[in-house]
Amino acid sequence: MLNYIRLRLVLAVPTIILVTILVFLMLYAIPGDPASIFAGDKPVTPELLAQIREDMGLNRPLYVQYSDFLWRALHGDLGRSLQSRRPVMDAIMLALPNTLELAVAAMLFAIALGVSMGVISALKHNTWLDTLSMLTSLVGISMPIFWLSLLLILVFAVNLRWFPSIGEGGVDRLVLPAAALGLISAAPTARLIRSSMLEVLQQEYVNTARAKGLHQTTIIARHVLKNAFIPALTVMGMEFGNLLGGAVITETVFARLGLGRLYVEGILTKDFPMVQGLTLLIAVIYVMMNLLVDVLYAYFDPRIRYE
Amino acid sequence: MSEPANSVPMSGRQPAESFGATFTSTMSARRTLWSDAFARLRRNHGAMLGAAGLLLLILVALLASVLAPYDPIEMVPRDRLQSPNPQHWLGTDIFGRDILTRLMYGAQISLLVGVISVTISILIGVNLGLIAGYYGGLLDTLTMRLIDVMLAFPGILLALAIVAVLGPGLFNVMIAVGVAAVPTYARVVRGAVLSVRQNAYVDAALVVGCKNARILFRHVLPNVLAPIIVIATLRVGGAIISGAALSFLGMGAQPPTPEWGAMLTEGRNYMRVAWWITTFPGLAIMVTVLSMNLLGDGLRDALDPRLRV
Repeated sequence: MLNYIRLRLVLAVPTIILVTILVFLMLYAIPGDPASIFAGDKPVTPELLAQIREDMGLNRPLYVQYSDFLWRALHGDLGRSLQSRRPVMDAIMLALPNTLELAVAAMLFAIALGVSMGVISALKHNTWLDTLSMLTSLVGISMPIFWLSLLLILVFAVNLRWFPSIGEGGVDRLVLPAAALGLISAAPTARLIRSSMLEVLQQEYVNTARAKGLHQTTIIARHVLKNAFIPALTVMGMEFGNLLGGAVITETVFARLGLGRLYVEGILTKDFPMVQGLTLLIAVIYVMMNLLVDVLYAYFDPRIRYE
Repeated sequence: MSEPANSVPMSGRQPAESFGATFTSTMSARRTLWSDAFARLRRNHGAMLGAAGLLLLILVALLASVLAPYDPIEMVPRDRLQSPNPQHWLGTDIFGRDILTRLMYGAQISLLVGVISVTISILIGVNLGLIAGYYGGLLDTLTMRLIDVMLAFPGILLALAIVAVLGPGLFNVMIAVGVAAVPTYARVVRGAVLSVRQNAYVDAALVVGCKNARILFRHVLPNVLAPIIVIATLRVGGAIISGAALSFLGMGAQPPTPEWGAMLTEGRNYMRVAWWITTFPGLAIMVTVLSMNLLGDGLRDALDPRLRV
């Protein structure tokens, strides 16, 4: 097991290095002179551009710039925001807890709803309950999250006035964005849990358990759910990524301070160090998250042999 | 939602035929496989409903300039913020423009975004998958590394990063959404190619001296077509949502373009007084994507039930 974790960690390294190279090159992929990005609103003169190139080290060879970028990133220095002139890392650290809080709440929501819908669907296979829950998840998959967020605001904040519609901090401000994100993730989770449960229900060992005269509840809890949970784990890992992506939209709609909103604002205001820093950070978080899921997968499924 | 268990699996893995009979039996087997799949699709009510919805949408998009009662862009200040009524079935926005008209023109944009971005993903992803799966070795390793890196950016974030580089605009959004979906195609096609390569007809083609390109496009590609069709159909819906999301965030279509996502942004600040501006464009997106997903699910069950997408 320990060897497997080590191997996976080693395999993640080239991916992360490639990510850092791509993020670094983003600056040069932009049409035009990279130095002009840092000029901001000032009138662009050749002298100014030369000055910026000198200050930012843009006239050094690319590999020197890259190793400098990597070295600083490893030390938590992602440059300064072009808007606020403050370190990008400070802004990220301020926003990160809010995004994590939102992602975790949405994840819990998605698991609770998705798993119960999937289990009910599989157990009541081909009944109206199954049809209803699968139709609901199909609608959920087809629902754009920005619209769902607006509808939740319209119903629960504007009309019913149950929850505040914007801002962060406190449970009541978390409910609506977490519900929007969670509902979107619950739909694919329900579909996957259902299909993996249906697969497990056909296994020989379930028949054996029935033949032994075990109670239905015991069979479901001990034999079916445990095994159906394993493939579902992978999807939840993927869903975590979708949650991070969805946070971009929910945080914007609900005006929550978070990584997603920083990202959108960074792109719209051409705050390039901010965009680069966030891209890098989110990719690293996501790669680590997938690594964790894979390790858990191996841990929970003794059938998986790893060399 | 039919069950995978009782449909016939067909993912290009036909039983090995005797060498001389390969050509004719593959031809006839292929025809029956596709027509069988089509028959299964026709029996699927959900898929037919989706296809009907899609057809209707395409008609509306094509005939928007004929069907639409008003101009999509021209502002009519005295008609502003009307709730749904006999003159304006779905109401008007803050500039007095008819929502129904704008939705009809918006259908053109959404369908274009869906089709163009999925075409971009297919062109890049399928070729990458074919090359990686067929040639193997270093090419395969390099391609898969690249795919791993792309997969390191979750959800819509890869598309956002691409827009950040290319700059905002509808066409850039199509490129971004298309490129961001490349990994799915590349991976599935690579897997399918690896299994198709095992077949005797590929060796036979090599033996008779076919060039690699000919084998790839004449023998391998037709046998991995089923998963490509299924993924493409299922992904059009996702691409429409992503495109609308980017426009919603202000990075795609700019006002006064009647794009569905952009319309939602315009209506956001008027939710308290005019619910219809934010309700109908979202509904249009959902119905469109739902139709695509119904059809895609049906295609999957009919063509390639083992495919998990």
